[in-house]
Amino acid sequence: MTAAAMPLLDVAGLTAGYGGVDILRGVSIRVYPGEIVSIIGPNGAGKSTLMKAIFGLLPVRAGQVRLAGQEITNQPPERLVRRGMCYVPQTDNVFPSLTIRENLEIGGFARDGGRGERMGQVLRLFPALAERPGERAGRLSGGQRQLLAIARALMLDPQLLLLDEPSASLSPKMVEMVFEKVAEINAAGTAILMVEQNARHALTLSHRGYVLAAGENRLEGEARQLLDSDEVRRLYLGE
Amino acid sequence: MNGSKSTTMIVAAVTAAMILLPLLHSGGSVSAVVNFLAPFVTTVAVLAVIAIGLNVQWGYTGIFNFGVVAFFMVGAFVAAIVTKQPADSEFVQYVGGFGDRLAFLPVLDSQEWLPFVFGVLAAALAAALLALLLALAALRLREDYLAITTIGVAEVLRRVTIEEAWLVNGTRGLTGIPRPFAGWFDAGVYKFVFLLLALAVLAVVYLLVERGISSPWGRVLRALREDEDVVAASGKNVFAFKVEGFVLGAALMGVGGAFYAFQQGTVSPETFTHFFGTFIIWAMLVLGGSGNNAGAIVGTYVIWGFWSITLQLQGFDLPVFVVDRISFFRDFLIGALIVVVLLARPQGLVPERARVSRWLERRVRELQQQGAKREATPVESAPRTAE
Amino acid sequence: MSTGTVSSTVNVAPAGLRRLGDAAGSVALFVAIGAFVAWSALTHPSQLVVGLVVGSVLALGALGLTLIYGVLKFAHFAHGDAMMLAAYLAFFVLSGNLVGTRGTDVRLPWSFADLPGATTPIWRFSFGYGLVLAVLVAGAVAALLLLLVDRWVYRPLRQRRAGVAIFAIVSLGVAIAMRSLILMIWGPTPRFYVAGIRPTVQILGGPRVVTDQLFIIAMAVVLAAAVYVLLYRTTAGRAMRAMADNPDLARVSGINTEAVVRTTWIVSGGLIAVAGSLLALQSQLKPELGFLLLLPVFAAAILGGIGSPHGALLGGLVVGVVQEVAVSVGILSPGYKFAIAFVILILVILVRPRGLFGA
Repeated sequence: MTAAAMPLLDVAGLTAGYGGVDILRGVSIRVYPGEIVSIIGPNGAGKSTLMKAIFGLLPVRAGQVRLAGQEITNQPPERLVRRGMCYVPQTDNVFPSLTIRENLEIGGFARDGGRGERMGQVLRLFPALAERPGERAGRLSGGQRQLLAIARALMLDPQLLLLDEPSASLSPKMVEMVFEKVAEINAAGTAILMVEQNARHALTLSHRGYVLAAGENRLEGEARQLLDSDEVRRLYLGE
Repeated sequence: MNGSKSTTMIVAAVTAAMILLPLLHSGGSVSAVVNFLAPFVTTVAVLAVIAIGLNVQWGYTGIFNFGVVAFFMVGAFVAAIVTKQPADSEFVQYVGGFGDRLAFLPVLDSQEWLPFVFGVLAAALAAALLALLLALAALRLREDYLAITTIGVAEVLRRVTIEEAWLVNGTRGLTGIPRPFAGWFDAGVYKFVFLLLALAVLAVVYLLVERGISSPWGRVLRALREDEDVVAASGKNVFAFKVEGFVLGAALMGVGGAFYAFQQGTVSPETFTHFFGTFIIWAMLVLGGSGNNAGAIVGTYVIWGFWSITLQLQGFDLPVFVVDRISFFRDFLIGALIVVVLLARPQGLVPERARVSRWLERRVRELQQQGAKREATPVESAPRTAE
Repeated sequence: MSTGTVSSTVNVAPAGLRRLGDAAGSVALFVAIGAFVAWSALTHPSQLVVGLVVGSVLALGALGLTLIYGVLKFAHFAHGDAMMLAAYLAFFVLSGNLVGTRGTDVRLPWSFADLPGATTPIWRFSFGYGLVLAVLVAGAVAALLLLLVDRWVYRPLRQRRAGVAIFAIVSLGVAIAMRSLILMIWGPTPRFYVAGIRPTVQILGGPRVVTDQLFIIAMAVVLAAAVYVLLYRTTAGRAMRAMADNPDLARVSGINTEAVVRTTWIVSGGLIAVAGSLLALQSQLKPELGFLLLLPVFAAAILGGIGSPHGALLGGLVVGVVQEVAVSVGILSPGYKFAIAFVILILVILVRPRGLFGA
């Protein structure tokens, strides 16, 4: 994580919102190759909005987004996935009437070849999914669905994975499982940018973190520093 | 060219054509123009009542009814069988036929008007009842289900009028429908009397609906169209309001149907095609501008003007090829017009006045503030809201 | 509605009851359908066959409708008129006939009927290979036409994020335009692909049926199978199903949703053309039939559960069988044929609005 390296994702002064309201005002975020970066902050801080704006699901009104040095501001998602960035939304992140295998095939839709090979690799990472690949995603438990959602996004072997609250509404055991997988994926070389409610857990896992409040950068730093910071402890860790 | 200017120009162009064509056709006779214009304006007034009914349903309440013809037709047939004398020939069968029996008030020649009061009321009531039944069955569902259901009701009712000859005389239809106040005037004068009557009815309907729509009830109705969830969150019974909007609109269509029957003097199942009874009314409302009663009237005027002009054109010496196709081409333009207006000028000729319900805005603000308060609470236990 | 948490315990009973009622409704629906089909097979086998023929046509129509609904999320009210327009196109390609003046026909100097042996009946059918070719051409033209309509009409609405109601009204406008085109080009009088008496054949010692009707059923089976393979065995089909499930997630997964929309119109255009032509083969070509077809086709799609391909197929067969059997055994006079579809529609909406296979 050398600071000298070029950032993989460079969000600079991003402003975006819905209707006449700017939810985000000049937010800047960087993710370096191989990092796990967490964005924490209170509800309504604009964390999910930031993910959507980066991923071209919401128009960016000002500022720039660069991926590996190339401008990608306001590019549509179907083009972004081909540039090595994938995204797992917080909710509705699997295709319920499709089987596990079909979900993964759709995940690899943008691949030119090697879909079967990649599916084998992904399923090795998620043995629980490999057990019954013909099961419809709609019949899976919440935790398995979340795993499938992540697995789907991995089908393109992205350099950078965006996770929007991967632990939301999961049982404590599944939360553990999901974070373990995140660490595993990262260990295999994929950088991760993650929005989390579960701030302590997320920061424990991360290299660096950002605190967002009311649509603006509030704090940033090494994850360890943030965990020790009084302000973070008081406001976001409930201590 | 701005909006209101182009609207004025279109209305002026239609009016000019309506005057010039009969003038040319008759070789400059003014009475020909008057004889053409009087029934034209009468029909516009009658159809405008139906268009306003559709506006109450779609423009204000956001319910889309593709079976306008059902309510239109029910109104026309009910008004006819209430006001006609009993059937007295073996070749003519229909139920009802109350006629003079309804003229029980011994004042002011009550047979000239009292049966018609009952006829119009019965027409409105019958259409409203039909709407109520339909609303209870299908209004809770997705809007497109209601649309196909209304098409179904319209088609089934058309079949009933054809198949059940005892009901309204089958395909032969009903003729000799009496007209209000007809006994008091000469035939030559009467068409102007009926014109005034139709205009008066339109004026009353217009004013009543305008008042209703600016009342608290109407505000909720329009708020419903914009955002059902906000209305529901404010504790209003969304379903009841939708039913009321749908039923009121249908009652107006019934009234329009009644006056259509009086004006024509003849109604038969052939009259009430989906095209004439539903599509044209939709074209009128869409062109005029939904959500605006004045727009509904302007739309009716322009579309019916266009309709009548093409009919006039058939009287000229045109190539057979054109004459054969002119009515189909006119239908094509009606369909294309709906598409083009909704693509290029969705607000129509007369846009809805910008009196967007302050009530709705206030409610939205209140809800947002409540939401903001919730969002302001930090820590993980805070309830999740969509960002 | 979640039932596990404490706060919603109050709702458990009603929710449970509702689920029970829902299950009972669907079981009752299946039992009623099964009983009716069994009864008609035993007592009115030849009407059952006619019902299956009409049902096959409705099934193909409903399949296209349900695909459009699934992917584009709007009720396509021009479906029936598109079926008729495509059927007329096939008629035109085959016969070269257009209406001239005063109801007389003009015939193009050359049409598919002039191909050598094109009208010689195949096997015991009433038609030759010319009609088959004509339907293929009509399918291609219909798909192209629907693509153009989408490009110029529906896509701008999508980009504007117009509501379902606007889509529905606009598609009604398209329907009106299509019907008037038929009237302008081919006139109001009914048309036939093949004139004269239709050959019949006896099936397995059972009822005698018109040979063409066997062709109609066979075509429906072949097409349904083809659509099944497309949807469940190809990447393009999986993308269509993914988009029907969740269009946003489809984009996020790298699917070009506009391309999926185009695929959907092409597939539906083919289905529309075949369904319309088969209907015309079974009865006749009539301009006003298109709008009336909406009722049974929508009833079939909603009965099956809108968005569900196998639901649409089953729904089409059920509507077809109930319609034909009820009319020909004298439960209702033929004039009420379309009323039966309406009654089915209302029953489904009241008893089980999400249909047999709806999500």
